[in-house]
Amino acid sequence: MNLEIILHAGLATGTILLFAAIGEIFAERAGIINLGVEGMMLLGAMAGFSTSLATGNAWVGLIAAMLAGGILSIAHALVTIHFQADQVVSGLSLTFLGTGLALVLGEGLTGQHPPTIPIVSIPLLSQIPFIGAVFFKNHSLLVYLGYIFAPLASYYVYKTRPGMHLRAVGEKPSAADTLGISVYGVRYFYTFIGGMLAGLAGATISLSVSPGWYSSQTTSGQGWIAVGLVIFAQWNPMRAAFGGYLFGMLRRFILDLQGPALLFGMTNPLYVNSNYGFFLQMMPFILTIIALIWGSRAATKKRLGAPAALGVPYIRGERGL
Amino acid sequence: MNLPYTVIFEKRTDDYPAWLPAVTSLASVIIAFIISGIILKIIGGNPIQVLKFFFTATFGSTGAISDTLVKATPLILVGLACAVAFKMKLWNIGAEGQFYMGAFFSSLVVLIPMVNLETTPKAIVIGLMVIMGMIGGAIWGFLPGFLKAKYQVNEIIITLMLNYVALYWNNFWIFDKWSDAGFQMTPSFDKVAWLPRLSDFAKQNKAFSGITLHLGVVFAIIAAVIIWWILERSPWGYQIKLIGDNPKAARYAGLNITKNIILVFMLSGALAGLAGMSEISGVVHRLQERISPGYGFTGIIVAWLAKLNPFTVILVSILFGALIVAGREIQPSGIANLLQGIILFMVISSDVLLRYKIRLIRLEQEA
Repeated sequence: MNLEIILHAGLATGTILLFAAIGEIFAERAGIINLGVEGMMLLGAMAGFSTSLATGNAWVGLIAAMLAGGILSIAHALVTIHFQADQVVSGLSLTFLGTGLALVLGEGLTGQHPPTIPIVSIPLLSQIPFIGAVFFKNHSLLVYLGYIFAPLASYYVYKTRPGMHLRAVGEKPSAADTLGISVYGVRYFYTFIGGMLAGLAGATISLSVSPGWYSSQTTSGQGWIAVGLVIFAQWNPMRAAFGGYLFGMLRRFILDLQGPALLFGMTNPLYVNSNYGFFLQMMPFILTIIALIWGSRAATKKRLGAPAALGVPYIRGERGL
Repeated sequence: MNLPYTVIFEKRTDDYPAWLPAVTSLASVIIAFIISGIILKIIGGNPIQVLKFFFTATFGSTGAISDTLVKATPLILVGLACAVAFKMKLWNIGAEGQFYMGAFFSSLVVLIPMVNLETTPKAIVIGLMVIMGMIGGAIWGFLPGFLKAKYQVNEIIITLMLNYVALYWNNFWIFDKWSDAGFQMTPSFDKVAWLPRLSDFAKQNKAFSGITLHLGVVFAIIAAVIIWWILERSPWGYQIKLIGDNPKAARYAGLNITKNIILVFMLSGALAGLAGMSEISGVVHRLQERISPGYGFTGIIVAWLAKLNPFTVILVSILFGALIVAGREIQPSGIANLLQGIILFMVISSDVLLRYKIRLIRLEQEA
């Protein structure tokens, strides 16, 4: 139990949720719920891992992971945008499809050791006491990418013209349409971006945070947690980043509870009976539930909510949003 | 390049013909099989051989058919659970967790034990297990229902998270208090807690020897009839459908939506819980890890493919039961998962044909 280690590890695992959640925020801001995050992440993790193994270059693996997630998401986009199928069911089938593909194509990858994303310390910054050790020392390059990516995504969504178009399409597609914005084009594009980021999140696991391929255990439900995080973050990329980091830290803290024999001067029941660890393993999911209840309450109070056209297909010339 | 034809989507103004949904669903399944075959071919498998194997392993003999029906039993119950919730547009993705909670609660009858297993008649033990299983599932359904109804919390995420919680909850008990000499399972249940199987009657009829089909399939069919009656013949079913189709109109009509959300979620959970009980008491005869190869999730596909019709759920469950039976032996292991995903995709895509007419129109040639 060491605060520095907990915070450091939390930033690393939080990066996974950060990429996946911000990807989902992009898609949902355009009005498309994609519940396939878990499937896209698993496929990304597999694609990144096996490509890195085949090419000997982790960066090529990363690109392959993003493409895999992105291409898979196009199936969801086609079915929900052009065929106006139910987004919830389509997203679920995307998870089945992604999981199935990843398991089929990932046969025999377990136990291999491809190159991973380099771990570096930032010169000077890493010398700052405590803060340097937590934020800038011995992190994967992807963690640093996350630091930059979240504020950029936030700036993009709220301050730039394409970001405004994105929000318009998610809030009132008919108005966006009259402005000459291609509603379908925007929705395809951001569903694809969301898929790429989910793939990146998957590769962040398999090539960086916990390198390896453990079939469906690789993602172990983190895609779903990311979807929950989007609601908790109220569709705001910066809040998603903070939520992801916080979540990662809590998760590490809970795991570390099992370590010491004495806890606050008392015998640690978790140390004595390792089976109590199952309750610890429940905690990320219970935390997500609590975060979601809290987030929903706050959202109702402040009248903040999901993008108005979330989950609603757009058909030009028909009544609706 | 200019093609002389163009395809246009024309919104249907009339109702589609009654046979169309059946045809599109069937066609979707067939196309899904073909696509999976192509994928299998690409990764170096032999699709024809797999298909042949599929049929012999699932419908090739009485024993195979019985295996398929045994796998179909929990799917029918879980499929009904999803269908009821989906009718009201409640996304219960938590049937898997409700299944595990049903298994856990029904096991309590034997593990505590709640009755004296030496003296209590089988009918009462089984009856108690059914009730406990349904209570367990209903509790696990109540939680997301309550949160959704009272605080507008998204039920999709809550039910999903509860799946994991139920899994670890079960693991704790089978690893700890009720572990069978350190193994990750409880000791085998007393025979009195076993659902009767056809093979129990092998003395009377030789043909039944080795047939593992159990009474759970009867529970499943009775449940389908009851759910059909509730949805199609009872005033409550009418309310469920009204709230699902048009919640605003339902509220103006004075329906209590909060109460109905909670009740439907509990009914849905109870059905999934009964599936867990039937699996515990009819198949594995103990509480252990991995009693479900993802029944709760397959149930979602079953319900959707059956267009939420309780009787069609039975038919579709048999197909998916066959997929599970064959999938246990087909390598690589993800193929069954993949096929399920493609089937569901095809089905939801084919729905567009119910809403639109697709026409091929000859363009006028320009001089």
